[in-house]
Amino acid sequence: MTMLANAPIPHGENAVTPVAAPSKALLGVENLSREFGGVLAIENLSFTVSQGDIHSIIGPNGAGKTTLFNLITGVYKPSRGTVLFDGATVSGLPPYKLAARGMSRTFQNLQIFFNMTAIENVMVGRHLHLNGRLLPSLFRLPSLVRKDREAKERAAELMTSVGLAKYVDAHASSMPYGALKRLEIARALASEPKLLLLDEPAAGLNATESREIDEVIKTVAASGVTVILVEHDMKMVMGISDRITALNYGRKLAEGTPGEVAANPDVVAAYLGTMD
Amino acid sequence: MVQIAATRTTASPPINTRLLSLAALAAVIATLPLALTNNFHLDIAILAGFNAIVCVGLNLLIGYAGQISLGHAGFFGIGAYASGILVTTYGWPPIAALLAGAVSVGVLSFLLAKPILRLKGHYLAMATLGIGIIVSIVLRTETGLTGGPDGMMVDSFKIFGLELYGEKTWYWVVGVVLFIAVWLSLNLIDSPVGRALRAVHGSEVAAEVVGVDTARYKVMAFVVSAVFASVAGSLFAHYTGLITPAKADFFKSIELVTMVVFGGMASTFGAVIGAVLLTVLPQALTVFQDYSQIVLGAILMFTMVFMPKGLLPTIEGLIAQRRRA
Amino acid sequence: MFAEFLQYLLSGLTIGAIYALAGLGFSIIYNASHVINFAQGEFIMIGGMAAATLTASGVPLPLAILMGCGGAMLVGVLVAKFTVERARNASVVTLIIITIGASIFLRGVAELVWGKDFKRLEAFSGETPINVLGASMQPQSLWVIGCAAVLIVAIGVFFNRTLAGKAMLATSHNRLAAQLVGINVKRVVLISFALSAALGAIGGSVVAPITFSYTEMGIMLGLKGFTAAVLGGLGNGPGAVAGGLIVGIAEALGAGYISSAYKDAVAFVIILLVLLFMPSGLFGKRGTERV
Repeated sequence: MTMLANAPIPHGENAVTPVAAPSKALLGVENLSREFGGVLAIENLSFTVSQGDIHSIIGPNGAGKTTLFNLITGVYKPSRGTVLFDGATVSGLPPYKLAARGMSRTFQNLQIFFNMTAIENVMVGRHLHLNGRLLPSLFRLPSLVRKDREAKERAAELMTSVGLAKYVDAHASSMPYGALKRLEIARALASEPKLLLLDEPAAGLNATESREIDEVIKTVAASGVTVILVEHDMKMVMGISDRITALNYGRKLAEGTPGEVAANPDVVAAYLGTMD
Repeated sequence: MVQIAATRTTASPPINTRLLSLAALAAVIATLPLALTNNFHLDIAILAGFNAIVCVGLNLLIGYAGQISLGHAGFFGIGAYASGILVTTYGWPPIAALLAGAVSVGVLSFLLAKPILRLKGHYLAMATLGIGIIVSIVLRTETGLTGGPDGMMVDSFKIFGLELYGEKTWYWVVGVVLFIAVWLSLNLIDSPVGRALRAVHGSEVAAEVVGVDTARYKVMAFVVSAVFASVAGSLFAHYTGLITPAKADFFKSIELVTMVVFGGMASTFGAVIGAVLLTVLPQALTVFQDYSQIVLGAILMFTMVFMPKGLLPTIEGLIAQRRRA
Repeated sequence: MFAEFLQYLLSGLTIGAIYALAGLGFSIIYNASHVINFAQGEFIMIGGMAAATLTASGVPLPLAILMGCGGAMLVGVLVAKFTVERARNASVVTLIIITIGASIFLRGVAELVWGKDFKRLEAFSGETPINVLGASMQPQSLWVIGCAAVLIVAIGVFFNRTLAGKAMLATSHNRLAAQLVGINVKRVVLISFALSAALGAIGGSVVAPITFSYTEMGIMLGLKGFTAAVLGGLGNGPGAVAGGLIVGIAEALGAGYISSAYKDAVAFVIILLVLLFMPSGLFGKRGTERV
């Protein structure tokens, strides 16, 4: 834990400091719908995420949380409705363009580059900050080599900051599940996002590991990155969220502070009631 | 912490291994002629070198970016015929023809790549196979330009008043070009572009969400590998002095892919070793005379069944295992 | 004008029937194992060569065809047993190379056994052309189209009406679930190779009087069969049959009206256009409507 506290989470070039205007919306979802073969996975959903918040999306399995992530990050195209990000309409843009605008994410089912080392996974995350043109890479121009070395140092720092210091030289295919979960976070952070979407970062982790992830998320948020979190670990969600949106059957059930949502009878009935 | 630092210093000298392996390659290329006593052996080495150049490029596409192509002999053929036609028929300087061939292949592969690389797996295999076959049919049919099925004679390569002639000279030409190809490939793999390519192979969606335009990098790998093939084709045409459509057909494409996979996907030296072994093997198998096809087919089948990762990665794996034990 | 068109159409239908059989063979194996079997053309070759050489040495034609068919089925099962079955988790490229290795091996064996020359097989019922609305048609074309039609219907009945066929379909939809309900998945793969080999070999023996038999006859026929299978959407049996007929007819029309030199390119131009504009084949991937 001390390692986490001491480790520097790099500040995004464009990230605002936590003291910025409190309620400015970074992300807006307006009347968003998505159909799969006639079934609405997301139905007429609207909500906003304020800059600097940790905003959690909760709901039972099948509520549409991951679909929502895929819609926000451009992996799916919405059937109807719009997504606003940082003051512009972004719905319909491909994921890589959204990444360039400052959005990054992790995945519920690990999407690790198993054909690379751990640190190379994170270095791919720095792609936007490196020269991605062919000729400099092909001829290994000195400027590119220098920036690549910096990227590697940055990646090592990031790995340390999420508690992966001992895996800096590891191959991704040799790492345990819990470490891979963090590796995804480090890779997403490497792109220096304004908005980070975490899809069940604690799923499959034990209690200690969950608490560590919890710390990582808090540190990330404290550095000015807005976080949207999908998570089943209610203790974690209630503990770290600024706001919570509850979904059920693709519709918004409730929204508010953790206290408000926890007290909402619909949420209790649909979700919390079934938890324990 | 001390332990971590220790493992880091011992386990991460990628630049050294890179330079070391390049030096090893240079040493092998430089000393090999001592063992190759006659022109027949030199000729096989040169042909192996040409194949290796193509395979190093093709491996960027198949091994690293994870995209299959069953039509790369088409690009080899276009390069060869561009040189043949422009130099022999129209009297261009060979180097200009080589560049013209490379540029045309670059443009053609660029135009084809974007729609084709949206396809995956067997569909991509089908599309690239189709392209290769169409190219070879055009080369076979446009007799006025290409000489048809019998092929065409190609003038020798002249540059700055020097004529490249004979196996000894060509051995060094091919050796140097192969060295450059390997150098470029190693550069690329360990660079932002190379990591993007490998990321496309690892997980397209994960690459996209950190800003990698996956379509762009697939196209890049396709174009680079096609241009490698074209340049090798141009030089090959001047070396042999006779080119036929067979050098661009389906079997040549399959042969190239087989070399890459046999040697080991996602391994530059694996591609070189695969190319060398599968060039030498059929020559060696001529001792089996009528049985040579059977033996070749059996070797392909069973090495792939028992070493699906290919030769070099399998051997590396065994060495690593022994070291751990 | 019309007679000419009909002439092309009939010859396209004849060769298209062979492509359809080969395409169906690709689809059956693909469904059972997700392997594209590049040795499919060699089954055709085995059928054609066996029929030609056996009849030449006095074996009655039906028996010669049956023997060729049985031989091809045995070869198919051996290929499945000793290569594909052992490389289950290999990548697409590796599997492609394994089956290509198998086809080189089989061609090598065939050259050893039968030699490299062209072999002639007598047409089944003479060579007096039949007049069809002004177009003339070889009786052998009727044999080809008729045999293909019978085989295709038989395959359709097998997959849709018999328990074994339904078990094979189930395996292609969900391998694990099929295993759980007690289907022997390995046997399904073996049967799929045997069936595809039979289709290929019979196709090869009926088409041999038209094309001649030689050890390399399977190469282009196999590749066109692959084209037919992809055109119809991989794994879609009726699609593969339609794809084969489309390729055959387009090829004959292209050869007749545009350029006979580019006949072999037609199939590949079509497949490229289709893949570029309809990436999952002409008939898409309709999961339920597989053969």
